[in-house]
Amino acid sequence: MSQAKVPAWVNLALIPFLNVFLAFLVSGLVILAIGENPLEAAGYLIYGAFGYDEGIGYTLYYATNLIFTGLAVSVAFKGGLFNIGGEGQAYIGGLGVGLICLSLDNTMPLYVIAPLAILGAAAFGAAWGYIPGYLQARRGSHIVITTIMFNFIASSLMVYLIVNWLKEDGRMAPNSRTFEENAWLPYLHEVLSPLGIDIGSSPLNLAFIWALLCCVFVWGLIWHTRWGYQLRTLGTNPTAARYAGIDTAKVTIWAMLISGGLAGFVGLNEIMGVNHSLLLNFTAGYGFAGIAVALMGRNHPIGIILAAILFGALYQGGAELAFEIPSITPEIVVVIQGLVILFSGALEHMLKDRIEGFFIRKAVA
Amino acid sequence: MFETLILMLDATMRVSTPLILAALAGLYSERAGIVDIGLEGKILGSAFAAAAGAAVFGSAWIGLCLGILASVSLAMIHGFACITHRGDHIVSGVAINTIVAGLTVTLSMYWFGMGGQTPALSGDARFLDITFPFADALQDVPVIGAIYSNLLSGHNILVYLAFAMVPLTYWVVYKTRFGLRLRAVGENPHAVDTAGISVAFIRYRALIVCGILCGLAGAYLSTAHNAGFLKDMSAGKGYMALAALIFGKWRPVPVLLACLLFGFLDAVAVRMQGVEIPGIGQVPVQAIEVLPYVLTVLLLAGFIGKAVGPKAIGRPYVKERA
Repeated sequence: MSQAKVPAWVNLALIPFLNVFLAFLVSGLVILAIGENPLEAAGYLIYGAFGYDEGIGYTLYYATNLIFTGLAVSVAFKGGLFNIGGEGQAYIGGLGVGLICLSLDNTMPLYVIAPLAILGAAAFGAAWGYIPGYLQARRGSHIVITTIMFNFIASSLMVYLIVNWLKEDGRMAPNSRTFEENAWLPYLHEVLSPLGIDIGSSPLNLAFIWALLCCVFVWGLIWHTRWGYQLRTLGTNPTAARYAGIDTAKVTIWAMLISGGLAGFVGLNEIMGVNHSLLLNFTAGYGFAGIAVALMGRNHPIGIILAAILFGALYQGGAELAFEIPSITPEIVVVIQGLVILFSGALEHMLKDRIEGFFIRKAVA
Repeated sequence: MFETLILMLDATMRVSTPLILAALAGLYSERAGIVDIGLEGKILGSAFAAAAGAAVFGSAWIGLCLGILASVSLAMIHGFACITHRGDHIVSGVAINTIVAGLTVTLSMYWFGMGGQTPALSGDARFLDITFPFADALQDVPVIGAIYSNLLSGHNILVYLAFAMVPLTYWVVYKTRFGLRLRAVGENPHAVDTAGISVAFIRYRALIVCGILCGLAGAYLSTAHNAGFLKDMSAGKGYMALAALIFGKWRPVPVLLACLLFGFLDAVAVRMQGVEIPGIGQVPVQAIEVLPYVLTVLLLAGFIGKAVGPKAIGRPYVKERA
């Protein structure tokens, strides 16, 4: 109706900012309630995340995972699908990476292993997204429930595979053997140091560059291809999409394949980039955090990069904060994450309707 | 063999209790049209509040009240987002689960400083097992003794309460005015609105009931089944309850059976650890653990029956205005 009368900056900047501001305000109240100074805490947090080279490296390393899962959630979201299976898809994607590295690291150089590992992560993650996508499209099973179930199935499957098949012989720890060094994704500080650039050593690796490339890919795919148009039509109005002759089942399945594949790349960063072995629970909640990132980034790659860096900063700064103020646990970051989901997601209409109403009235008057 | 079966059924009752309570909680919410992914968060929040309350005041009952209070508050946040502000039910549920997962650890570190645990509870701070009259005397009677003394007797009050909630829920949902309206709001809110009844008020009341039941489930975990709160102690029980709710097709008695089946599978998984079955060999524990989720997916896919939820589920109700 009178949407046009609302200036663009209100929807793109003011409302997201106010929602996130509210989330931080409530988080500040939580910190105040446990007897600490929120401003002091914020100071440590920002210093820990951006104050020195290693901190920035860690921030971007966390952000890498969040970009992957954030993109995964947003691609599905664009098609009106709520994929909360990012956690499971990332887990299985990591299995793909791990299997490639374990089988080839003795014989092949990195430039052969890396592309295969990328394919492995994408294929395994996509496969784990495919089943819920297929069931949604062809058999009408609700995708939210099936993806939740698939998270649990993935978790049990990985425990079984690692404990029974992939565990290093004669060791108690449930992880595979460490890969040979030619199956390690190079750290960014190692890549940049020959060029005379010193960024301090951190787990930040080439997966970060791949994450940025994925952002470009998703941007092109969603806004500049015929398929992307079909996806957005499906998400905005499924009935219209069907009448326009779009094969909605096919689009749904492909959306879940791409979404799962993107989530699978978390394995690239974690397994091949940092841990260099296949282990349990390396996904550590990144799949769920991706929901917050996608919501905050308004399902746009640029927004997702910004939101992922913000959350990456929270993870890294949260660790610093817990070190400086022991009464605050790193879990405070999870609270902030939840509050962002609440205010930017579930309560999005609360401010939006009022602020838009204000501008519409102003335009009319 | 019979002894083993009794032991496994006994374990089934204990494991099923939080599932039954949480699944019935979800039943009230979802029959009223509110999707509740937040069962997990409400259980965890209540488990923490109950354990903290019981530890501070030394009474399991005060703990239970605080647990219910915490859980109902979370349900009201869900209602505020989904009913009042027409927010997405799934997003709101995910938000609640995430907030609670972080907040319980943060608060327990602040209050108790024990790495995210609460102090171990004992005596009155826990719900203790109740022994039925004559249970000891009947112990040695064959069959009946085992069933009466070992299976039925010797659980805490919340276990019996959970089982009693099933007929009660059946009665409330199918035989009372509130139940009729609850179901109507989940199927066709416009019709309810036309009859001059507030859709929002019914949905809020459904969420309060949902909160109370999740509160019981959480308190059971931390003050009856275990002796204190542990980080992430709900461990997916809320999601499993959600699976049971769907598996039971949103009806009280089938939901009970689904919860018992899932509880039994859990008991079997514990029993089967490292046991060789003749002809098959060792069955991996994970294969049994994963069955509830696989069965639910198969059901949803229409391979075993068909799960059709309430018609208006997940859709915000907008009252038409001139």
